[in-house]
Amino acid sequence: MADQSRPLSPHLQIYRWSWTMAMSILHRATGAALYLGTLLLAIWLISAASGKASFDAAQWVASSWLGRLVLFGYTFALMHHMVGGLRHFVWDLGHGYDAQQRMNLARLTLFISAPLTVLIWIVAYVVR
Amino acid sequence: MHNNSSMRTPLGHVRGLGSARSGTGHFWLQRVTAVANVILATAFVVIVLALVGKPYDAAMALLSHPVVALLMLLFVASGLIHMRLGMQTIIEDYVHGEGAKVLAVIANTFFTVAVGAASVFAILKIALGG
Repeated sequence: MADQSRPLSPHLQIYRWSWTMAMSILHRATGAALYLGTLLLAIWLISAASGKASFDAAQWVASSWLGRLVLFGYTFALMHHMVGGLRHFVWDLGHGYDAQQRMNLARLTLFISAPLTVLIWIVAYVVR
Repeated sequence: MHNNSSMRTPLGHVRGLGSARSGTGHFWLQRVTAVANVILATAFVVIVLALVGKPYDAAMALLSHPVVALLMLLFVASGLIHMRLGMQTIIEDYVHGEGAKVLAVIANTFFTVAVGAASVFAILKIALGG
């Protein structure tokens, strides 16, 4: 690393929050959350593969109050990161760079991912 | 394009790998796995919804269906490759010390391989009736 006494660029708290900034940060945050989520998936798969007793234990944890809260967060992280990824595809294809388009895309990301998350949980409770 | 003011050799230009020796490989693999993940994560959500409330025997029957097992394997593989690339970018953004950065990037790979091996083993054990 270069000389530590060099001036630093302004950090996050300097800037006024905007939709594009929030959605950019949320995309990275949900990605990092999904990273840790793969550990939960692996534990669940191992539990399921280890017989009925461990499967039932895993299901008990997953359906507990805390388990459902974590799974709801996992669902939102997955949906938001996926919809945010679709937004990146739009940019990769060379579209959506105007100020208004960026704003609309940022809002659209949350306005799709949040209802999608709720919809999945409604389906989960209906099919249960 | 090769112009005469460039310090790079014609071969270097053709290979286009740059200083990190990987060119656009990271960027491209991130996009390819992202496309795959849209399909596979959707399948994963459908599989999980189908598992909700199922007792052990029914859950095992579903997970050992060849199509379900294959979709789970592909989701884990594509998801983990995508995840490893993403975390590497986060590390490179925030970890500035060269030693710590290299260690973090290696740990990232170890985590990915460990989670991947455990997941794949479990999926195959269920699917092949272990």
